[in-house]
Formats: sequence, C-alpha cells, structure tokens
Amino acid sequence: MKISLFIPCFVDQFYPQVGMSIVQVLERLGHTVDYPEAQTCCGQPAFNSGYWDEARVVAERQMAIFRDAEMVVIASGSCGAMVKVFYPELFHRHPREAEARALAAKTFEFSDFLVNKLGVTDVGARFRGRATFHDGCHGLRELGSKKPPRQLLQRVQGLELVEMKEAETCCGFGGLFAVKFPMISTAMGEVKCASIAETGADYVISNDSSCLMQIRGVLDRQGKSIKTLHLAEILAQT
Amino acid sequence: MTNREIILGRIREALKVPAPHPAFQELGRADLPVGPDARQRVPTAPQKWLPPVGKTLEDQIELFRQNTEALKVDFHVCANVSEAIQHVKKLAAEGGWKKVGRHRGELTDAVARELSLAEVQTDRGYAVTDLESCDAGLTECEALVAQTGSVMVSAPSAGGRALSVLPPHHVVLARRSQMVPDLTAALQHVQEKFKDKFPSFISFISGPSRTGDIERILVLGAHGPKKLTILLLP
Amino acid sequence: MNVHAKEFNESARRYTADLHHRGWIQKALDGYYAKRDEFKSRFQSWPGARNLAAETKWEAINHLDRYLDEFVSRLEARGTKVFWAPGAQEARDYIVGVARQHQVRSIIKSKSMTAEEIHLNDALGKEGFEVVESDLGEYIVQLRDEPPYHLVFPAMHLTRQQISDLFHDKLGSEPTNNPEDLTMVARRVMRRKYCAADMGISGANFAIAETGMISITENEGNARLTTSLPRIHVALVGIEKVLPRLSDLALFLPMLATTGAGQSITCYNTLYGGPRQPGEPDGPEEFHVVLLDNRRTGLLADAEQRDALHCIRCGACLNVCPIFKNVGGHSYGTVYQGPIGSVITPHLRGLQDWKHLSQASSLCGACSETCPVEINLHHHLLHNRRNAVRAHPALLEKLIQAGFVLMMCRPALYQFAASVGRIAQPLQRLVGGTILDPLRAWTKTRSFPPLAKKSFRELWRERQTT
Repeated sequence: MKISLFIPCFVDQFYPQVGMSIVQVLERLGHTVDYPEAQTCCGQPAFNSGYWDEARVVAERQMAIFRDAEMVVIASGSCGAMVKVFYPELFHRHPREAEARALAAKTFEFSDFLVNKLGVTDVGARFRGRATFHDGCHGLRELGSKKPPRQLLQRVQGLELVEMKEAETCCGFGGLFAVKFPMISTAMGEVKCASIAETGADYVISNDSSCLMQIRGVLDRQGKSIKTLHLAEILAQT
Repeated sequence: MTNREIILGRIREALKVPAPHPAFQELGRADLPVGPDARQRVPTAPQKWLPPVGKTLEDQIELFRQNTEALKVDFHVCANVSEAIQHVKKLAAEGGWKKVGRHRGELTDAVARELSLAEVQTDRGYAVTDLESCDAGLTECEALVAQTGSVMVSAPSAGGRALSVLPPHHVVLARRSQMVPDLTAALQHVQEKFKDKFPSFISFISGPSRTGDIERILVLGAHGPKKLTILLLP
Repeated sequence: MNVHAKEFNESARRYTADLHHRGWIQKALDGYYAKRDEFKSRFQSWPGARNLAAETKWEAINHLDRYLDEFVSRLEARGTKVFWAPGAQEARDYIVGVARQHQVRSIIKSKSMTAEEIHLNDALGKEGFEVVESDLGEYIVQLRDEPPYHLVFPAMHLTRQQISDLFHDKLGSEPTNNPEDLTMVARRVMRRKYCAADMGISGANFAIAETGMISITENEGNARLTTSLPRIHVALVGIEKVLPRLSDLALFLPMLATTGAGQSITCYNTLYGGPRQPGEPDGPEEFHVVLLDNRRTGLLADAEQRDALHCIRCGACLNVCPIFKNVGGHSYGTVYQGPIGSVITPHLRGLQDWKHLSQASSLCGACSETCPVEINLHHHLLHNRRNAVRAHPALLEKLIQAGFVLMMCRPALYQFAASVGRIAQPLQRLVGGTILDPLRAWTKTRSFPPLAKKSFRELWRERQTT
C-alpha cells in the first residue's frame, strides 16, 4: 500500500524523529511511504481560535495536496481529529464538503491505522523499560482511540506497561490555551505529571507530540528524569 | 400581547430552523446513520437500558431488600399483622415514643390501635406544632419499587405531604401486592389509578433523609426523617 | 479584556496556585467518581440510556411550544396559578407581588439555580422579606454571603472547621468537629422556619407536560418541607425543564442521581401537580408556577447549540472538567459553572462579555463524554469562539491569524520562519522567563523544546537522495 504522510507542523520542526519513526515502521511492514512536500499545517490553530474562514484557506490547501492520496497517516491525535472530525464540520454546507469528507474518510492517526486498518499489533519492536501511556484527548475522545496504542505497546518486547490513574485526564496543552491561560495549563500539567510519577515509570509515552511537549516542559522544571517518547519512536526500536 | 403569547411566539420562531436529531448524524459522529429531520420518531421504553429487575415477585422482593439495605432503610418482611405490630411496639420502646402521627387506613388503624400512644391523625387537617412534636409518622403507601428500593407515597395514601417527612422516624406499612418491579411500573400504577384526578403530591422516598454537604461525609436525618422503617405484610 | 475576563484570570491565578484547595477538590471528586462508576455499571447499557435520554430531550425541546402549553393547561386545571415570565424582571416582580399580596413575613426556600440566576433573594430582601435557604449547602453559603461553589454541591470547598466557625459566629452554636452535629444545628434552625414560614419557594428539576406536574429531586427533605407546610408555594421553572411524559422520569431520575451525585437514586423525588386538592389533609392553599424564559429562547433559536437546553443540571460536566478542578467554582463568576456554564452564559448574558469562559478550555471533551443527555459541550465552546470572532474580531489577533495563514500557504515562507526561529532560539534562551522573552507565557513554568537541527522535511529529502 502507498501511504502518504501528514506531518504536523510542530512534528516537522520540533520532533522530526517522530515522523522518521513512522516511516521506519511502515516500511518495515512492507509499505511504500510518500511525503507530499508542499504540506504545512492542518489549520487547527486558526480553527480553535474561532477563525474558521482563515482555517478553511489552510485546510483547502491541505485537501488539494492529499487529493490523490490513497491512504493518509497522521502523526498526531489532535491533527488527526482536525482532519477526520473537524474538516467535515468546517466545510459543512460548503461547496467542498464532499472533498473534506473524502479526506476525512481516508485519514488515520498512526496507531489507529496500524491496528484497525492494517490489522497489525506486533510490529517487531523491542524496548526495555517501564512505561506509562498518556491518552491525548483528541485521539481518545474525538477519534475513539483508547485501545490501539495499548495493543501495540503490549507487543513490544521488554516493555512493561503500567496504567496511571489520570491517563485520560487532559495534560493541559490544548493548543493556544497553553499560552492564553498558562496558569491553568500548568496546573493541569502538574496533575498529569504527579500521576505519571506515581506509577514509578521511567518513560511516559503518548501518541501526540503536543502533549509530550507539555509534559516534558513540566517534568523538566520539576527536575524529574522521566523520559518522554512518542509511540512511534518506541515502535521503531528493534 | 400576553406574556404567554410573547414566549410561545419566540419559541415558534426559534423552532423554524430544525436542530439535528441525536440518532442521526449530521456532523462528527461516524457511527450514526445520516438521516433527515426525525420529528416523528418516538423514543422507546427505558427498561432494556436500566438496571435489571428480577422476573418473579420473590426476585423483586429480594432486590428491594438489597437496595433498601444499601440505603440504610430498616426493612422487614412480616408474616402477619401481629408481627408488624410487635415490630412497631419494639421501635416505639427503643425510641421512647410518646406521640405518633398517622392517617386512617386498614393497616395504620390495625397497628395504631395496639400502640396506645398519643396520636395526631392528619386526615382532616392538623396543627403543625402537633405533628412537629410527634416522634414517628405511621403511613401506608402507593407502591414499593424493587429496582430502586423506594417507597412511593401520595397525599391520599400517606396522610398528606408532611406526615412522611416531618416526624423523625417514618414507618411504612405495605402489602406484598404493592411491590412493583421498577419506576415505570410505579408511574403507570398512579396513572391508571388516578387517571385525570391526580393528587397534588406524589413522592418516591429512597431512604432516610441525608446530606453530604459537609466534606462529602454522609449524615442521616438532615431535615427529613433520620430513620425509615418499611414493613412488608402479606 | 473586559472586567469579567480579568476577574476570571485573577481568580484562576489565585486558585491554581492554591495546592491545598486543588487537592481538596480532587479528593471530594475521587469519592464521587467511584460511586458514579459503580452505579453506571449497573445499567444494562449506559450508552443506550444516554441515547434515549438525548432523544427524549430533543423531542421535548424541539416541540417546546406544544409541551409547555400542555404542561400549563393541566396545571391550571388543578387550580395552579401559572405566570409566564419573559425575563428576570417580570419573574422577580411577580414573586414579590405574590409575597406582598399575601402579607408574607417569612419565606423559606429550597435549592434553585434559576432563582440564583434572577437574583431573587436580593429582590425579596430589598422588599423587606426574610428569605432563608433550607438546603444545608445553600444555607452555609448564604450565611457566608458568597455564591454557591458548584451547582449541585454548593459548599464543597469548605472544611468542617470553617462550617463550625461559621455556625458559631452567626448562630451562636457550640464549636464542633462532627459533621453530624453541624447538620443537626441546621436541622434545628430549619424546623422552626418550616413551621413558621408563610411562603415556600422552590425550583424544579423537571416539568412533566403529560400530567402537569413539576418534579423536585433532593436528598435532605428540605424541599418537601418547604412545599408542604407554608400556605403558599411558588415554583420557579426554566422553560427548558420540560419532559413530554410522566414515564420519562423512570429514565431521568436514576440517570440524574448517578451522574449528579454518584447515587443509584436521590432520596426524595417528588411530583407536585397543584395546590392542596379537596380532601387532602395539608399542602399549600395556593400553588404558583413561574415559567422563566430569560433568554432561553435566544439559545433555542441557535439550532447549532440548541441541545445545550437539554441540560438536566446534573453537574457531571463540572466534576470531570480539569479546568473546573483547578480554578474552582467561584472563578467563573456565573450562576452556572463549568462546561455547561461556559457554553450557555454567553447566550444568557452576552457573548462578548463571557466569551473568555469558552476560551479557557483545552477542549479535552471529558464534559461531552460524561453528559447524560449527550450535549456536544466542548464543540459548542468552539462554536462560541467562532461566533465571538465573527461578531467582534480583535484586530491584533486577526492580523496574527492572517499572518499564520499566509505562512502556511507558502512553504517557502514557512521554512524561512523556521530558519529564523533556529537562529533566534539561543537569543530567546538568554532572556528566557524574563519580560523580554516572547515565549514567557510558556517558559515561566515549563521548559521549551529546541527546534530540531534538521526538520522532518530536510531529513526526508536527505533520505530520498541516498
């Protein structure tokens, strides 16, 4: 299968290794990976702030870029939700609604793609360590993706997965919310990090790099040595 | 224009634009069928979603017993009226009752007769201070609800509104035939019994009065009765 | 920034810094979660129940005119006086009028968020009527002269020590550490009031159209006493409280108890259909139902957000909201807190003044997930944001967004911006956390990651050429 990658802007600039890990895993499973270089951003920052007309301009561009793609895999739950759930809403009763729905139908968040589309849970990964999983809210609630990341992690050889009490509680990133309401965002991050620390895990894994940015940010200031890794990075390890 | 016309006018104007029905998808929910305006769709009965109730009366009585225990209700199955009378006498002795509020009724008459305590009968009205100083309130009921462990009372079946809530100990005398499986059945019962002439007051009582307003700690007897006793007679 | 937004930010700053308060609220809610989940699991299908509840409220709200008329005509047939109140002023005036007409001296009240909404106690107080809140939590905050903290648990922020001090101060009671003793203090005070009050005011949880009854849910019994003993009962009911049929309560009462309080069923669920009927031993001589619009029809007209009127005021969304848990109920400055409050307050009180509540959310969706009637709460926050911007875009923000669009539509520009970022980053580190730092909102409390030396795009290109 030829899989086109949708790499969110912040993954492109801050966490390129996450994108590369996805490439490695998909190629290891025997698929061809394509990266349309003209892509930039899904438009969520404008959308979340209420600037839907502006978001539509950016979204239309992305829709055009991926028009001929067979299958689109996205490296983040929040951008995945933007495309799958909010593009149809953004283009509701708009001339390009059908196109938006078409892209939504063929776009998948990475873990959802592996487990539900490819039917794969064991990607031959090996990683020794004790880890806990943080459910990014968009992936969890907009995309309904609770099980796939855990199903994948349970097949990683050497990985001990423990659940934290506040796994489903928002980490506090929320896009621009993190800087518009920093005191609330930080408080939420503190609650999340306390729950992570309680598990005694050495690693916290998530399928959303924006969440990991927030968690890493708080852990660093707390002087904690718990490491943050994206699900794809773990799965790429052999 | 009257206020009624103003408000109804606003409503009718507002409803000219339809809102998506939850069973049909317009946006977002990939798991629902896409559908048109569903104004004619009538919701189905809730029984298949609510907690299950047993099929037989015995099952239901057992469920009622479990539920009332969890609600800290004092529930007893009595073999006959004499046993019920003995039980109430015991409660009266333990509680040091001097005065009992009650209404006229087959079961309340039978029990009250043997108590030989001062009484306040509410049927033809009463002075609030008299009822307020009663140690217990003795009533019958409309029904017992197995699914929730509730007693359904009404103004005619329980001597008015205050008798079952003002005195600190409420004692209910009920018959097995009054046990119904769930709230649906209980509500159906009053609709069939009263038809259009509803009493002004119907209540589901599920335990003694309680509050968690102080540090979420459960305290019984907040304003209503601190104790609720239900006696089930054949 | 308007005054409400400023107050919200200040309050949020104070409360998020108060670790003790945050821990206290979390502990209270942990108890609730456990019980809620226990009772949810007893349902044969909680999703099935939610779907049915959503459909039932959809039916009620989307045929509101019909059901309201049915409700009123049946109430009136049993001697109830119904007043249609287009706004808060009319509702207040009517209730004050009833009190005056009957030369009422003391009024006892059971819990009503709708009464809070129209500031009824203030209006009655100004006219010289003594109003006492009978619900324990409401009574406590009334004595403290502060608003309820949570629409279901008004005093959840207070310790027993604080309550003991309050009662000692205002009522002269003996200080005590025992919640039961404290409750008994209130019980004794209230009993006198119930017996002496001329008028009882209540709210209503549901308005049953088919049989013309209001339904009141409570645990303490104070609403039953408020509505049984005084000679006048006034019920203030929002028009959206309507349910089509009596049998609908069989679903809603257990669901309200489960999500609202983590109970299988609330202690008292009472139906009131009129004043004392012939042959009844007691009950009010007069029963008034005041139906309140107060801009609910405005929300009704917004078909996209109409389902916000399905709300049964259970408070479950507050209980799962990480914003609520960290900023506390008082920060909102509104009658309705939490996600539902953030959604509806702009409609009830004005979008531009209250849009900040819709912005103060990470859109995690826990609220929508827990709502027993499936209101799309977090998506409505997005809708409010969009509507606020459309009505009144902030110039600076609009320019920034335009810049964002420009950049994202021109990959060359986007990559140029990234290169500038890479050069600027060491400089940013120098001023990190200070006023000069453009990322200060983030870096004040969190470390900021370095831009990768090579972007994914660059790594990909390299890979393709080898």
